[in-house]
Amino acid sequence: MRITQGTFSFLPELSDEQIKAQIEYALEQGWAVNVEYTDDPHPRNTYWEMWGLPMFDLRDPVGILEEVQDCREAHPNHYIRVSAFDSTRGWETVRLSFIVNRPEHEPGFRLMRQEVDGRKIRYTIESYAVTGKPEGERYGG
Amino acid sequence: MEAERRYSFGGRSGGDDPTEAPEQDATEEQPERVVPDDTPVDIEGAFRDSNVQEVLDKLDRELVGLAPIKTRIKETAALLLVDRVRTGVGLPAAVPSLHMSFTGNPGTGKTTVALRMAEILHRLEYIRKGHLVTVTRDQLVGQYIGHTAPKTKEVLKKAMGGVLFIDEAYYLHRPENERDYGSEAIETILQVMENQRDDIVVILAGYKDRMERFFENNPGMHSRIAHHLDFPDHTAGELLQIAGLMLEEQQYRFSPEAEAAFREYLDLRIERPNFSNARSVRNALDRARLRQANRLFDAGGRGLTRKDLMTIEPEDIRASRVFQDAASGTEETGTDIR
Ligand SMILES: Nc1ncnc2c1ncn2[C@@H]1O[C@H](COP(=O)(O)OP(=O)(O)OP(=O)(O)O)[C@@H](O)[C@H]1O
Ligand SMILES: [Mg+2]
Repeated sequence: MRITQGTFSFLPELSDEQIKAQIEYALEQGWAVNVEYTDDPHPRNTYWEMWGLPMFDLRDPVGILEEVQDCREAHPNHYIRVSAFDSTRGWETVRLSFIVNRPEHEPGFRLMRQEVDGRKIRYTIESYAVTGKPEGERYGG
Repeated sequence: MEAERRYSFGGRSGGDDPTEAPEQDATEEQPERVVPDDTPVDIEGAFRDSNVQEVLDKLDRELVGLAPIKTRIKETAALLLVDRVRTGVGLPAAVPSLHMSFTGNPGTGKTTVALRMAEILHRLEYIRKGHLVTVTRDQLVGQYIGHTAPKTKEVLKKAMGGVLFIDEAYYLHRPENERDYGSEAIETILQVMENQRDDIVVILAGYKDRMERFFENNPGMHSRIAHHLDFPDHTAGELLQIAGLMLEEQQYRFSPEAEAAFREYLDLRIERPNFSNARSVRNALDRARLRQANRLFDAGGRGLTRKDLMTIEPEDIRASRVFQDAASGTEETGTDIR
């Protein structure tokens, strides 16, 4: 099951050229661009690992694309996203975020049902890949 | 340079002979046969479209003297422009390496020229952004093992699309300490200089003799730098002209006697230790303005006019310690000369 998150989640994978164009846009807006990765892509997991430091004061996307590439090489079977942070007062938040790498095989999520208080049911989802496996071993290394 | 002679670059008036079309050199490598050799090319038009003249004019206006530097910059602009026109008619144009070294004494305009260079290279589309990132050893070299490469890479990322200006580059190399992390920074920079010419231009700057020693010890760096520009010291006459420009910029001027005093000041100041060319001029003018302000203040508002606020008088110059020391014959080795 192909996991989708963030901006452009309705589109097919972006090519490197397209990623570069998005980064260029973020830089033009004065946003700081970050590269993050995780092997726990649960939609509620907002805190992914940072790949290096947030990149403030950059003018050109080439350096960031290199970081994306380095991160892909180090974590080929992780989810990697590029996010752009707007530090403008009042915003101070991520303005753009999209996935740039994903594991080859994505088993997806199962629906869990928990019976509570008589006939009530609570639903939640659980990742086939994540559950029961430690970090780094979840998507085949 | 061919193009410059024929196409009247730089400050000279345009178009000596606009009818003369540049011939195609028959010995040149032939492109795939699509564009005929007699295709007319319009170098002047390309030059106009690039708006480089504006920056070159600014360079001429704002920087006094420095003739050899200005010539080199114009030559570089001509090369890039011809390359662009060549590409336009299907001729190969190898991306030239434009990493440079700027050598010269303090205050001779290295940083200022680097800024202009970034602007020119941007207008000629050699670099994508045209900003200048100035760093010294501290911003490149780390404190412990494994710290340097990421630190240098951070800086390189910031400079991508623009010009990386490394001031006093020789501090990167500490021959007395073979485990110094500076060499790791050099290594990282070298790689980018070699492999990412389209992404970044590196300019190394510093005093001439120390730079030469640095290059002797780092042949890899030396061989990757195609352009060595040496910034001459300014003459007293040029310094006076620079002073004029600086005053004009701030809406001040010398009275005729003050100008004469400043000329005398310069002659003395040049001989003193720690003389740093145009920067010393700027500092001297700052102090003259300070004295002028105090003089006006002490005069207590007596019939002052707008003109008084703009005029530097000889006493604002002659109060300098340079004159007093010269009179008393003191040999000065101190750091700050007032
Ligand atoms: N030829 C010149 N004409 C006019 N102004 C100049 C000239 N050269 C330098 N200046 C002025 O002098 C000051 C110092 O110049 P700049 O910082 O470029 O020197 P530098 O060579 O980089 O010095 P350093 O080696 O100390 O860094 C600046 O304010 C600059 O505008
Ligand atoms: Mg400088």
